[in-house]
Amino acid sequence: MDILNQLAESFFDWEAIGEVLPKMFAVGLPNTIVLAVVSGIIGTALGMLLALMGISRNAAARWVARIYTDILRGLPPVLTILVIGFGFGPIIRELTGSTSPYPMAIAALSLMSGAYIGEIFRSGIQSVDKGQLEATRALGFSYGSSMRLVVVPQGIRRVLPALVNQFIALIKESSLVFMLGLLATEREIFQIGKDAAANSGNLSPYVAAAIFYLALTIPLTHFVNWIDARMRSGRPEKKEPDEAAAVVGKGAQA
Amino acid sequence: MSEFASGTLTAKNIHLSFGSNHVLRGIDLHVEKGTTASVIGPSGSGKSTLLRVMNRLIEPDQGDILLDGRSVLKDNPDELRRRIGMVFQQFNLFPHKTVAENISLALRKLRGMSKEQARDEALAQLDLVGLKHKADSRPANLSGGQQQRVAIARALAMKPEVMFFDEATSALDPELVKGVLALMTDLAKGGMTMVVVTHEMGFSRNVSDVVTFMDAGVVVESGPPEQLFTNPQTERLQGFLSDVL
Repeated sequence: MDILNQLAESFFDWEAIGEVLPKMFAVGLPNTIVLAVVSGIIGTALGMLLALMGISRNAAARWVARIYTDILRGLPPVLTILVIGFGFGPIIRELTGSTSPYPMAIAALSLMSGAYIGEIFRSGIQSVDKGQLEATRALGFSYGSSMRLVVVPQGIRRVLPALVNQFIALIKESSLVFMLGLLATEREIFQIGKDAAANSGNLSPYVAAAIFYLALTIPLTHFVNWIDARMRSGRPEKKEPDEAAAVVGKGAQA
Repeated sequence: MSEFASGTLTAKNIHLSFGSNHVLRGIDLHVEKGTTASVIGPSGSGKSTLLRVMNRLIEPDQGDILLDGRSVLKDNPDELRRRIGMVFQQFNLFPHKTVAENISLALRKLRGMSKEQARDEALAQLDLVGLKHKADSRPANLSGGQQQRVAIARALAMKPEVMFFDEATSALDPELVKGVLALMTDLAKGGMTMVVVTHEMGFSRNVSDVVTFMDAGVVVESGPPEQLFTNPQTERLQGFLSDVL
């Protein structure tokens, strides 16, 4: 029983959890959301660019996208964040005078997620039936307009679930930016928990952090399932048989 | 009297290769204004490819394409395709748009119509194919026959001078074929210039003015339907007809 009590105390010390909550809400949660959303948006824009380069008819563009994607997808996130944060941080400091590693954290997360999102978009766009491009071009649209108006929107639609999954991964990966030594006001959920755990010598603040992450990710996971199910079945609308109205016009009587 | 601003289409000595595969080997096809030419032949004979070359979805290696007697090979291919409507075997409607939007998209973006104008025009075209009541449905909720009629309306909305049909009824259930063929017959009788690649020998024989039989990338025989169907001159056409009839 001692062991159980000890476990309960080190993980579920409600007092310690209660103490860290205000800071979680005031600092940790907003920072995690800002990190994930901003790098999610930049990563999506970058991903779209990479996807379009990846399917481009220009071989150089395809190669650039390929090499970028292979490298950024092939590295552990921890390494990318460290290298970009510490490697480029001083350059930014030199240029802007800012000592905050926050922009570097966002840059690292954006560059990483861009590589994944690029692959998601590319597979989505390439999965669109080639008849769609052909039909659009047959109407007189240029290749670019056809892609923009018809092919790409369909490709994006069908990868929405994968895109939300990528955003969930981004929320989790944003915890790694603690390694860059963020200022007190810049700390996100994980580091607030980590700091509190270090101060109190108790692991309960990590549990608090875990609950915050789950509160963000579980609803998103179910949102993914919902869009997925909806895209599978489509909006309910009854199909009617091709009744007599199938035969229309004068030719029908001929 | 024609309901359409039809044109005359001529393909001269069209050659096309994909790598070492010589798909079209000197095709000539002339479709007089307001007439219907059907192209028949076994699978892989190059019929569908010929349509795609004539509206320059694929550029020919050699030969010329003339619309109303003028070569169009130096024109902007996008502008040429606005003058030639095309209907596909697989319909190729835009699944993420409503039926009306499928038709109004090109009207707005290429013809510069306002949203309201384009929708009115789309509804008018849908009315012609008997599907005005489906304007706000998604293509997936329509039967194959209805989808193909929408695809025809989409092409007609651009007021084309020529219409191409690429095996427009091949993907349809047998009971739905009739409605689409009736619509195509209407267009033919209304004076539209049409090139119809088809396996529907009844349509080819009864509706078209000229039938062209293609095999292995060449025109084997061409002439009025009566002549080709009752008195085929070549062994290849005789063999083909005995296989399909």
